Amino acid sequence: MSLTGLSKISSPSPRAPRPTLRGRLLQLAERATSPLLPADYLDLFDPLRPGADLRGRIVEVHPETADAATIVIRPGADWAGHVPGQYVRIGVDVDGVRQWRAYSLTHGPRADGNISITVKAVPDGLVSTHLVRESRPGTLVHLEQAQGEFVLPTDGGKFLFVTAGSGVTPVIGMLRNLFPVADSGVVRLPRAAAYDIVVVHVAPSEPHSIFIDNLRALDAAGLIRLVARYDDEHGVLDVADLETLVPDLHDRQTLACGPGGLLDALQTHHDARGLSLLTEQFRASTLVVGEGGTVGFTGSGTTVEADGATPILDAAEAAGVLMPSGCRMGICFGCVLPLREGAVRDLRTGEVTTATPGETEGRGVPVQTCISAAAGACVIDH
Amino acid sequence: MTVLQKKAHNPIGHLSPEDIEQIGVELDAIRQSVIDTRGADDAAYIRKVIATQRKLELGSRAVLLVSMFPPAWVVGTAGLAVAKIIENMEIGHNVMHGQWDWMRDPKIHSTTWEWDNASPSEQWKHSHNELHHTYTNVIGKDNDLGYGIMRVDEDQRWVPLYAAQPLWNFVNACFFEYGIAAYDLELGKNLATKERRQDPDFRARAKVTLKKIRNQMTKDYVIHPLLSGPSFLSTLGANATANLIRNLWTHSVIMCGHFPEGVETFERRSIVGETRGEWYLRQMLGSANISGSKAMHFMTGNLSFQIEHHLFPDLPSNRYQQIAPQVQDLFRRYGLTYTTGSLPRQVASAWKKVFRLSLPNGALRRGRGATVTDLPASAPAREHAAA
Repeated sequence: MSLTGLSKISSPSPRAPRPTLRGRLLQLAERATSPLLPADYLDLFDPLRPGADLRGRIVEVHPETADAATIVIRPGADWAGHVPGQYVRIGVDVDGVRQWRAYSLTHGPRADGNISITVKAVPDGLVSTHLVRESRPGTLVHLEQAQGEFVLPTDGGKFLFVTAGSGVTPVIGMLRNLFPVADSGVVRLPRAAAYDIVVVHVAPSEPHSIFIDNLRALDAAGLIRLVARYDDEHGVLDVADLETLVPDLHDRQTLACGPGGLLDALQTHHDARGLSLLTEQFRASTLVVGEGGTVGFTGSGTTVEADGATPILDAAEAAGVLMPSGCRMGICFGCVLPLREGAVRDLRTGEVTTATPGETEGRGVPVQTCISAAAGACVIDH
Repeated sequence: MTVLQKKAHNPIGHLSPEDIEQIGVELDAIRQSVIDTRGADDAAYIRKVIATQRKLELGSRAVLLVSMFPPAWVVGTAGLAVAKIIENMEIGHNVMHGQWDWMRDPKIHSTTWEWDNASPSEQWKHSHNELHHTYTNVIGKDNDLGYGIMRVDEDQRWVPLYAAQPLWNFVNACFFEYGIAAYDLELGKNLATKERRQDPDFRARAKVTLKKIRNQMTKDYVIHPLLSGPSFLSTLGANATANLIRNLWTHSVIMCGHFPEGVETFERRSIVGETRGEWYLRQMLGSANISGSKAMHFMTGNLSFQIEHHLFPDLPSNRYQQIAPQVQDLFRRYGLTYTTGSLPRQVASAWKKVFRLSLPNGALRRGRGATVTDLPASAPAREHAAA
């Protein structure tokens, strides 16, 4: 030990807190496993233990309809719980590639401690199709803690839910928590008596969906009032019609979930009347894959116009961005940077890599800038 | 070997520029066929290798806790040596090449992986991926040709230091991981002048390396021996032996990649304006394979498919064996030599060259009565695919 180290120990203050036994053992374990961490070994035996990265294990895949399934997941020990209406981000390996998606938790907290999501396989939906058709009990998935402010106030009241398409899922989570269904039918909990709920559900046409069946059952039992509006039957919903569909609109708190257009219209409508509105937007994929585009760099704020044949590395350097680089031919991986959003094309293979915020882990999908060209607008984290 | 352009019989003299570009097109197609079928099975493979390696390491270290009993020492040391070899070769080297980046698993990714070796992965990736794989076998550009301490090509200028190069090579083999660390730091060049020694960038990199070495040594030579209690000394000896075995093995495998007879080297000016086809061709002629069993391929981290690895350094290592017949067929159709041989033969061939080139070229010519370029010495180590 150096002299400075000794003098530090002999000086009366400030004294560093004595390391705990646990802290010392952890340090010893880290020295014994360097350059890896003790967790890298513990993960082999118990990936769901306290202190591990948050993961879950699929315990049941329950088919709901021909193209939808409820996936029951036992979350890791550090799962902090959720409030109905919240969503969870799940990382699933599809064809060996980690993909992240957000799904609403379609149940309240369960007695068995598990969580569940209900997934509908959408056409071209890489992850949803995989989850519905390929996922098997025993598979490990990656999780983040539940998120979302779109939750039902706990002290009861009069509410209006406006849901469009799959925007119904967080609402289903809230309603199932409020009105659990047992074999004997819907259970009437005392706390549910404090809620007066109207659901206006909008869809292009009448869907075959378990969620609509749930809503109808609750409506039939007199627990909620369901107003279903199908574009092909009733015409596209005009938010001004809400006052006719829900006469006591002004007494209700509105919670809305759906695409941006509907939510914007509702916001304007409610603002004009001084009504309270809580919204959650379901992102509609708007990623355009093309040839070339604007490349943005988060660090410097620079944007560069690049054509479809120029590597992002070259385009960025030509614009004065200081870029990491190596072999410049796709071999050394010295130029890899995270693609935060947008699409790039591998100039060797034509393969397109896309990134959507929220659907990748960390800062984005790492791409080799020396052999990747912009395939539409994209943002590089650098 | 000697620089290709000076050879009496140019091995690519029969190829037209169109042929060379066509080779590039065919190799791109092989590469694409692997990318198109890369998926869950490959991901399962690397995860299984990593899990098995870690369990083997844990088990071996557990056995070594009682290493004072000779059977435990032997079993534990052997297991640990194998675990360290797998970690460096099939896992570390290949992960750091970006072979598994496509899985988007942050725990198995070239940008996050740190290996059980003295050289920090960041520095190794620069000297290996950027320099060696880009400038493969270009005299004066690819320092892997003799690592700066040996002369392994007739066209490298002889200096008296090389007279003792068989000794340097043996010492380097025993301490190979430190040799790599010194090499990645370009220690010889950077310690040469005061200005270079005080360069902040060099000092920062040296600090990182020293910290890595300290951590590595603390683990193998302090913590695990201490955990073994009364077996302290025997565990220390076991860990040192396992590291020595790993060093000797990796050094031998890596010598076989580019040093055996039959491998070509290239002039610095020959790569100016090099096309993709020409780059591929340089990798084809500048590398040598090792033939052998499945277990041998696995223990070399599939670097026994050095030619396939140099053509496609970022394809998953488990696929090299699968595409090797296609690559070999391409060599045959274009009349090129696919250099390969068994491990003992290739190691012997590389060592022979280390001895031979420890003397200046003139001494050789006088001694053997033949010009270097006409030496038939490479013949036994080659399988002329066209034959």
